[in-house]
Amino acid sequence: MSEFLQQLINGLSLGAIYALIALGYTMVYGILRFINFAHGEVFMLGAFSGYYLSSVIPHGTLIGGLLILASSMAICSVIGMTIERLAYRPLRQRPRLTVLITAIGVSLFLQFTGQHERVFGAAPKTFPQLVPVRTWDNLPGNVTINSNQLMVFGVTIVLLVILQLIIRRTRIGTAMRAVSFNHQAASLMGININVVISFTFGLGSALAAAGGILYALNYTSIDPLMGLLPGLKAFVAAVLGGIGNIPGAALGGLIIGIVETMTAGYLSSAYRDAIAFSILILILLFRPSGLLGKVEVEKV
Amino acid sequence: LPGKPDHSTNAVVKQDGGNPNRKGLKLGPKFISLPNHSGLQASCSLNIMKKVHLISCACTLLGLLLVLPGCARPNDDVIRVGEYASLTGREATFGQMSHLGTRLAIDEINAAGGVLDKPIQLITEDTQSKAGESATVVRRLISRNRVVAVLGEVASSRSMEAAPICQQQRIPMISPSSTNVRLTQLGDYIFRVCFTDAFQGRLLANFAERTLQVNNVAMLTDVKSDYSVGLSRDFKAPFIELGGRIVTEQSYSGGDRDFKAQLTAIRAANPEAIFIPGYYTEVGLIAQQARQLGINIPLFGGDGWESSKLIEIGGKSLEGTYFSTHFSPEDERPEAVNFVAKFQAQYGRTPDAMAALGYDSALILADAIRRAGNTEPQALRDAIAETRDFPAVTGRITLDENRNASKSAVILTVRDGQFRYVETIEP
Repeated sequence: MSEFLQQLINGLSLGAIYALIALGYTMVYGILRFINFAHGEVFMLGAFSGYYLSSVIPHGTLIGGLLILASSMAICSVIGMTIERLAYRPLRQRPRLTVLITAIGVSLFLQFTGQHERVFGAAPKTFPQLVPVRTWDNLPGNVTINSNQLMVFGVTIVLLVILQLIIRRTRIGTAMRAVSFNHQAASLMGININVVISFTFGLGSALAAAGGILYALNYTSIDPLMGLLPGLKAFVAAVLGGIGNIPGAALGGLIIGIVETMTAGYLSSAYRDAIAFSILILILLFRPSGLLGKVEVEKV
Repeated sequence: LPGKPDHSTNAVVKQDGGNPNRKGLKLGPKFISLPNHSGLQASCSLNIMKKVHLISCACTLLGLLLVLPGCARPNDDVIRVGEYASLTGREATFGQMSHLGTRLAIDEINAAGGVLDKPIQLITEDTQSKAGESATVVRRLISRNRVVAVLGEVASSRSMEAAPICQQQRIPMISPSSTNVRLTQLGDYIFRVCFTDAFQGRLLANFAERTLQVNNVAMLTDVKSDYSVGLSRDFKAPFIELGGRIVTEQSYSGGDRDFKAQLTAIRAANPEAIFIPGYYTEVGLIAQQARQLGINIPLFGGDGWESSKLIEIGGKSLEGTYFSTHFSPEDERPEAVNFVAKFQAQYGRTPDAMAALGYDSALILADAIRRAGNTEPQALRDAIAETRDFPAVTGRITLDENRNASKSAVILTVRDGQFRYVETIEP
């Protein structure tokens, strides 16, 4: 029982990070109906900006850590908007497949540019401890939890609440929802589509950066290829929850995190990725709209 | 002239004062057979064209024959030795240290006049710690750089990827530090200057049983690495023979970062120690996550641990862990002391086992070239195979009939963020 509880905590803290990344996929899909495959690389850039910022901003305290987190999120939202402006906007009127392939191109470009020795270099770097770490063991049920895991939960919950507030309560959030329903109608109502799309990319990228920093805090080695697998897993999470659906992405992330951890803990780590991707296949076969997604009728 | 190629008619048309006779063009043979002087000219020009063509062909071929060997065989005033190592990527410190050691040895040999009165030219290629890259770079070293022998790799998986190519091309290969037993079984041109995992596994089993005095051990293996899988197997059998018990066998894939699931399962199995035969990048993370889960039993592993990066990644969580390796800079034999001093003078840092083995691999190759008297593959192979009692930095090296070195190993521990010598174990 204690093992199960421990695995649940491990899975939830991994899943919370997947959830943060999955939100970016799902928001971009909701608005542009395309998968931004470069999203995992924004996650990687988030971790790297945290790494480089840690030599500028004093860290080791909670305030310092949160400051670095916020700055990386700001940097990555600019990067995300730049990617959209340079790579995707010129192709917006083209078939969706063109943009999709461009996204894969951007993803590879960032991975391999990052591996160049003048950029980050291919060797893994050790991520500094941004916040003081404490471990609580001998909790009821013989469960161990540490402050980094708590930070993952805390930051994820706070960001999810902020995200919901932005989308439900602000003008730009309303505009986002309008654009996701119908581009043309929204622009006829006086909504600047470009601004809304830029904002969406910025928001998603900031969440990915937060995910990157939290990931690096827990698994302290970072390298330019680190975004590849978490990016794909988060994509599976977004599809599982119902792509385009924000609570669905969060739920999907948690499920993937838990399933993965349980697989590695009780079965074998060799099946870990296989099971995550089998879920993708199964969900596409039997419930393509995902757990929380609505079944859409294709209008002709 | 029936059925001649089209370009002959073209030539005719031009000679006809540029009169584009379309019909003639289409029905070439008919046009050429016209009984006037132009037909004669046509056959004439055809012959000339043919000759010109032949001559130009011959010239090109001759030119190629003259040029090609020129670029393939640069100059024979040097002996070219290839080296492939993981200079970047996940096992980068292994490749870098090994390369520095090899470089130091080659520089020394060249400063002393080289071998067979020629300097050695070391051509180094980076494998980026990636699968697939070793085969590419070793093919390039052999076919383009025409190296007489190849030194490398550090990691067993990558050595085993390139070994069949060296074997097939009859180019001797000496691996400085790949310990997987199967490596030298891949062919009689494949050597190593380190001990094998059969020895390392046995000594670690002894160490666990006698020194750590543990009976219940958990194993955490990297299933993607030949080294890790091999060493697990070579540890498990002798350990069980000594009366030990493997309480759980967990696995991960090189490149993973999250080991909490496996460690939680290990914690539930209640072992007295965890055996982690992996590479330093993952071992550092595993140690950290183990301590975070409240697992405070000893961790131990093999020579894949030895890297300055290990402590950088794992930090305090590595205190009191043990691993076996090939060499300790605290060694007091004259060869070792001498090497440590030279290495520090040259690079300003303390060498580790990878550097020492890189150094030894180059010395053994140079010694074999000297004894062979030439760099002809068969002779060189035989000379390497006859290496006996060579006074190397990591111990006296004698290559046995399986082309492995039989040498002593050392156990190191981590204390105050430093590797410390514990004991030497003779084969």
